[in-house]
Amino acid sequence: MNGSLHLWLIPLLPFAGFLFNGILGRRLPKWLVTTVALLAPLAAFGVVLNATWVLFTIGPTLGSLPYVETCPLPWISIGALHVDFSFVLDQLSLVMLLVVTGVGFLIHVYSVGYMHDDEGYARYFSFLNLFLFFMTLLVLAGNALLMFVGWEGVGLASYLLIGFYFQKKSAADAGKKAFIVNRIGDFGFLIGMFLLLANFGTLTFTEIAAKLAANPGWQGGILTVIALCLLLGAAGKSAQLPLYIWLPDAMEGPTPVSALIHAATMVTAGVYMIARTHVLFDHSPFALGTVAVVGAATALFAATIGLVQNDIKRVLAYSTISQLGYMFLGCGVAAYSAAIFHLVTHAFFKALLFLAAGSVIHAIGGEQDLRKMGGLWKKLPVTFAVTTVGVLAIAGFPPFAGFFSKDAILYAAFMQGAGGKALWFVGLVTALLTSFYMFRLWYLAFLGKPRSKEAHPHSTPWSMLGPLLILGLLSICGGWIGIERSAGWINMERFSGFLAPALGARAAESGSAHLELILSIFAVAVALVGWFVADLLYRQRPARPAQLAAAYPDSYKLLANKYYVDEFYGATVVKPLLVLSTYLLGWVVDKALLGGAAWLLGGIATFAGALLQRWQSGNLRSYAAWLAAGAAAVLLFVVVPWSAFLANFGIHLNMAGH
Amino acid sequence: MNAINQSILTLILLLPLAGAVLVALVPDRGKLPNWIALITALVTFGLTLHLPAQFILGQGGFQFVVNRAWIESPAIFYHVGVDGLSLWLVVLTGLLAPIGVIASWNAIQSRRKIFFSLFLIQQTAMFGVFISLDLMLYYGFWELSLVPMAILIAMYGRKDGPRAALKFFLFTFIPSAPLLVAILWLYAQTGSFDFVTLQILIAHGSFPAGPLCWAALAFLFAFAVKVPVFPLHGWLSDTFSQAPVALAMVVAGKLGLYSMLRFHVGLFPVQARAAAPFLIALAVIGILYGACLALVQRDFWRLLAFAALSHLSLIVLGIYGFTFTGTAGAVYQILSHGVVDGALFVLLGVLYDRYATSQIAVYGGLASKLPQAATLFVITSLAMIGLPMLNNFVGEFLILSSTFTGVSRGWAIAASLGVILGAAYMLWLVQRLFYGPESELTKSRPAVDLDDRELAVLWPLAVLMLVMGLAPSFWLPSIEQGMHTPQWKESVVLAQPVSALPSLSISSPREGQR
Repeated sequence: MNGSLHLWLIPLLPFAGFLFNGILGRRLPKWLVTTVALLAPLAAFGVVLNATWVLFTIGPTLGSLPYVETCPLPWISIGALHVDFSFVLDQLSLVMLLVVTGVGFLIHVYSVGYMHDDEGYARYFSFLNLFLFFMTLLVLAGNALLMFVGWEGVGLASYLLIGFYFQKKSAADAGKKAFIVNRIGDFGFLIGMFLLLANFGTLTFTEIAAKLAANPGWQGGILTVIALCLLLGAAGKSAQLPLYIWLPDAMEGPTPVSALIHAATMVTAGVYMIARTHVLFDHSPFALGTVAVVGAATALFAATIGLVQNDIKRVLAYSTISQLGYMFLGCGVAAYSAAIFHLVTHAFFKALLFLAAGSVIHAIGGEQDLRKMGGLWKKLPVTFAVTTVGVLAIAGFPPFAGFFSKDAILYAAFMQGAGGKALWFVGLVTALLTSFYMFRLWYLAFLGKPRSKEAHPHSTPWSMLGPLLILGLLSICGGWIGIERSAGWINMERFSGFLAPALGARAAESGSAHLELILSIFAVAVALVGWFVADLLYRQRPARPAQLAAAYPDSYKLLANKYYVDEFYGATVVKPLLVLSTYLLGWVVDKALLGGAAWLLGGIATFAGALLQRWQSGNLRSYAAWLAAGAAAVLLFVVVPWSAFLANFGIHLNMAGH
Repeated sequence: MNAINQSILTLILLLPLAGAVLVALVPDRGKLPNWIALITALVTFGLTLHLPAQFILGQGGFQFVVNRAWIESPAIFYHVGVDGLSLWLVVLTGLLAPIGVIASWNAIQSRRKIFFSLFLIQQTAMFGVFISLDLMLYYGFWELSLVPMAILIAMYGRKDGPRAALKFFLFTFIPSAPLLVAILWLYAQTGSFDFVTLQILIAHGSFPAGPLCWAALAFLFAFAVKVPVFPLHGWLSDTFSQAPVALAMVVAGKLGLYSMLRFHVGLFPVQARAAAPFLIALAVIGILYGACLALVQRDFWRLLAFAALSHLSLIVLGIYGFTFTGTAGAVYQILSHGVVDGALFVLLGVLYDRYATSQIAVYGGLASKLPQAATLFVITSLAMIGLPMLNNFVGEFLILSSTFTGVSRGWAIAASLGVILGAAYMLWLVQRLFYGPESELTKSRPAVDLDDRELAVLWPLAVLMLVMGLAPSFWLPSIEQGMHTPQWKESVVLAQPVSALPSLSISSPREGQR
């Protein structure tokens, strides 16, 4: 291997940006803060592009992957435990890095315009750079513990950015909630790592894979337990059932943050982690099945909530949860490359949708309620155009990006026997709902009559429009990377073929191109139905939705209140814990039992040691006297010949012992 | 260099004492006592750094040893030395001394001379505990470390000092009596107070088993109260809420934990192993109990006390898991905890200085008024909850993973739940103090962010948290050295799992069998 790819620069450049702006930012002129904040991710993206170019042209070539860089000094090395700072570049991490640094850079650019007047400008960018540091670390990590560093680190960045407007109680609450719920997932990750250590003696991904490859017969059992622990971690980070509750609240953060962290990159870390550890899941059909069911259930569940939300960002948040469910579904049917494919296209179109929503919110003075928007297409033509692209992409219309990746997942699910057919059907229904609520958003925000008094949306600066246009383009063409022409018919194997060395080749499928075509037609048809219903309800008969809600008040309330899941957790977990801690542990055990015992002990001792009361006199001489007395006692002890006495003492004890 | 190596420990021991005498002699004018104490503490800290600089990694046993007969009968030796277990604890004690002085700079307004001389005596006593290798010498320092503490709590306590001091005194002095009896019994049996000698003799089984068991128990009891181990933590929250910051940051944890490692596990490996299942259970209960109670405290000192109970219990778990990695992790965690708790005490002391209350509910919205304090508080809290790349994570991971792989999966999983609760109570504290709208209290007082003195203390600590999180390999090899003496190999490295659940694994390379 000739020449280094300098992978270590990819995380460290954003980290340098974080330190620079975090420490000095407040005292520096804005242009300098901006320059540093943008250069860091741009340079990191440059390093990734350079690595890509080297791999595709001059070599070391793609065939030589995975390419590993290890810091000569270990991180933790004690006993049998040895953990390195090692960075691994393979097809999987390469794709992920391109998305993270590329989309990340675009969102940094967008933020320059969006956050321009914020007093926490430097703080904002230092946190954003910090996020990129941890996210690239997570992606590059060659072992589970280093990945865990990035894993918790992105959680930290997310905590800091959700709570960016910390004076707002709801924002501070949301940040805390995100971190703690993620911690529940991290607990699973941690136990999973302990199990890996106990069973493999290592946390390095390649060594684990090698050990599994050497024991092909090793199925299920402890591997299922490990995989399920990791799944718990992934479900926390990627907002899957039952840990999704933090993501909708996370919308309290600035909108570019929602785009970058809570849509395009961080929340996909769970999918990435499953793909990275896929060998474990491959050895456990049960764990894989669980992943698929969790994914499908989440996709449907979140989509139903998304139907009735009125906050534009919350609609997008539930749609993100739903789309992440698709990715989990893809992983669960062992179509990891399809899941990663959807991860990539979703990063494009969901970042686009969020940034467009941000542009809308920015333009109409911070309003997020869809019911107060309307008719914005005239005033925000570019935003309207790119949102349309985004909506078409997420709804799954060809040739937009989402169509190809969603299709790949649904097809893979369909090919997995009877259970797979059921999962495919859930996915299909979700596609219908997705199309409906996205077009609902589209109609409510951009079409119809303006419903708010704000008549003068201010213009959007180019720093915001530029990223929108680029992401719009990617949302159109992003799916084409998967297309390959073979045997006179196009198929989607190119992307999975590229990823195959890292993710394993998928089992040969008995399906055919025609079946795939038929399934695609189904998917497009349901998307059209969704559009049609949205059109019917929100364009042709705008009074109808309210009538429907009134006709089915219970169902509507159930959805509008998000199935009361937050309330359920509050009543079953949070409240009992606090009550138990306060009353049982705090009052009964600590105060009454232990305190009572201490009091009793204290009473006896106080009686004996009434002299101690003199300490309270505050009289200096008495303190001095006490010190002197203590010293004298020590001296006395030292000087007196003890041995004779002690011998007796010892014998005495000795006898007692026998 | 040899001469320095010979006398360095004595110097470290005596310098604070000399400073204490000097403080007592000079007139109480202005900040003179403060300055003398600060300079003494800084120079002592400088001296402690000589130890790691000259420490020889490959060499087993104790280094910088001085072993001179002190008193002929009974045969008490001035025997001091450090190995990997105590090396960094001496440095940590040295580091926390100037921090304690600076934290007391304005907080102590009257009777400065007494405060700072007793504070320096306390330093000597703590150094003595960490370096003594003669049991009688050790006991002297152990007792000495309690006296200035109790007096200072009584004199300088916030509202209810004397009562807290009495509680502290009763809790810690009473268990010292059986400790003394046990030490004297060992002497009566052997005619020696020497740690190394006794260690060998006990290992060779030259003691009657029954009494030895009682002796070990007496040692354990004294240490367990001092750590504290659940349910012996009754003194902790009162002491934390009353003691001056400089003392509260050193009162719990390291002295007791080190003593457990050296004088309980180190001296009585068999008895310690027998007691281990109970201690593991108490430790895990302590982790969860402390975390649960920290969640519902309304006073931040008390919150910190229960958080400390939770974190210290984790270290106890590491010590009594009897695995190599877990023990090293426990030592590392003592250091980490010292740094993090020190910073947290200084920060909460800053708030108490400014707003004169420790009621969490009356705070709020401080982040915009005291941005520096908020930044440092968040960093410290993140270290506290074990964010990777910061110091606590390393120790926590080593302890929990070794408990899981080498001791008991069930206990390890239960202990890991503390990770979730830890995040909950710390982040909630951060939120209630610093975030949200400004409260009546914070509005009513002028905003005084950290001054240069406080920044000079806190930033180095924050950097240290990061460095200790990123480069534990700087510390771990020397800690490992402390576990390579023959006694440790026997007691720790070859240890079998104490109470393993039915193993689920197919191929399980147990680290304990190294």
